Amino acid sequence: MKAVSTRLRSLAVELWLPVLVVVVWWFWSGSAGLQFYPPLSEILVRFQEMWLFDQFVSDVLPSLRNLLVGYTLAALVGIACGVIMAQLPIARRALEPIVHFLRSVPPVALVPLAILLLGFGPGMKMTIIAFSAVFATLIATLDGVRAADPVLAEVTRVYRISGRDRLLRVTLPAAAPQILGGLQVSLVIAFVVMITSEMLASTEGIGYLTILAQQTFAITDMWAGMLLLGLLGYLFNRLFTLAERRILHWHTGMREQAKTA
Amino acid sequence: MTEVVTEPNVPQQAERRLTIEGLCKTYGSGSNAKTVLDGLTFDVNAGEFVCIVGPSGAGKTTLLKCLSGLLPPTSGRACLDGEAITGPPEKLALVFQEYTRSLMPWLTVEKNITLPLRNKGVSKRERGERTREALEAVSLADSRRHYPWQLSGGMQQRVAIARALAYQPEVLVMDEPFASVDAQTRFELEDLAQRVRAQFGVTVVFVTHDIDEAVYLADRVVVLGSSPCRVREIIPVNLAAPRDQVRTKADPAFTELRSRVFELIRKG
Repeated sequence: MKAVSTRLRSLAVELWLPVLVVVVWWFWSGSAGLQFYPPLSEILVRFQEMWLFDQFVSDVLPSLRNLLVGYTLAALVGIACGVIMAQLPIARRALEPIVHFLRSVPPVALVPLAILLLGFGPGMKMTIIAFSAVFATLIATLDGVRAADPVLAEVTRVYRISGRDRLLRVTLPAAAPQILGGLQVSLVIAFVVMITSEMLASTEGIGYLTILAQQTFAITDMWAGMLLLGLLGYLFNRLFTLAERRILHWHTGMREQAKTA
Repeated sequence: MTEVVTEPNVPQQAERRLTIEGLCKTYGSGSNAKTVLDGLTFDVNAGEFVCIVGPSGAGKTTLLKCLSGLLPPTSGRACLDGEAITGPPEKLALVFQEYTRSLMPWLTVEKNITLPLRNKGVSKRERGERTREALEAVSLADSRRHYPWQLSGGMQQRVAIARALAYQPEVLVMDEPFASVDAQTRFELEDLAQRVRAQFGVTVVFVTHDIDEAVYLADRVVVLGSSPCRVREIIPVNLAAPRDQVRTKADPAFTELRSRVFELIRKG
């Protein structure tokens, strides 16, 4: 019984503010009658009409597909290059300056060039998402692998652990806390770039519909788009945290052990 | 205290497992060169338990790294069964001092032990059998599904020993393995080391800075001097087997041996 009441209490502590915001928004927007702040009830109606599920296939799915492909590409390339650069000093020396230069370029600044080279299609968006998101993961992987305990390197040598086993069971897990930190930053960047690329150059997608609504004074539709983007962003972050907790359960457990010991 | 069964002392004509000939190691070059090992020569026979003691900073770790193929010597050589050691030999396993760092915290006890066997071409069934046998030898059969960090320090070092045993080496090298556990655990682990040496018939090279430990465990003690590190003396330990924490350490011969080693180390 006590466990249930503690859980309820912690849930209440977490939820009171979001609930309050929604309630205030609901009543305030319902009575304010402002042009740019339509009633929340109307936004929700448009939300349901647009996204469930009229434009789900035509706009939400393309956005999610671009994000998924671009992000996956960024994650794989980032981890692979990070490991290679960490383990080959020559690769590191040759590539580190250019990596630091490219990651300082604001991704949105590349959209004009990307349009010239790749057009307006999904290929351009996936490319620019992948390009923008790759560096956070790459640099985190590079640092994580390099920071690994040298004793582990000696263990792998003495016990002749090599090839796939070394990569998948020693190198990557040892750097996993940093790599996952990088992947989370990459996810945020990928999401932002997904929306921006659609707002700047697209004929489909959630970002495109949201900016189109704003430009055609369909203010309620614009709010519905913003609401969906906000919810998606929150959802992705939540899913990521859940996955991270599973992958790093040993890390959390070890730290808690150290605290109590 | 548990009684320890050890093999009788190895006869003089025993097979030589490890030979170390004029081993030198210099770090750096030119005027910055620092000689750490200066012409070490000694042998370890098959089945023998040899302890290496020396003042701290004498280069014990460097010596171990040369023996286990992690570091190439500057001159001289270390041989295992007549073959010069140029990289980590398959017939050698190492137990590191820092158990918290040498075990993989993301793998369970069982997977820590099987990981080195996967590359050795050991079948899955045999991997399981070796793991079970090794864990039983260190009395941790019930902990195979735990993670290392869920175990006490002494238990973690026993996992590291089990990993080495499952690897089935001819030579087991131990680098101050019990330096960071409490005294009671240390005695238990010393007896465990004796027991597994007898059970697995493995040759042991055991580095320690604890003189009592060296004399208690060893068939021979190699005493090193410091800066640069040379072999000062090799002392045979003819204490009765099985050794026992109370009886052996009360033996006047034990006291005499430890005083001798102590004197040698104090002279540096």
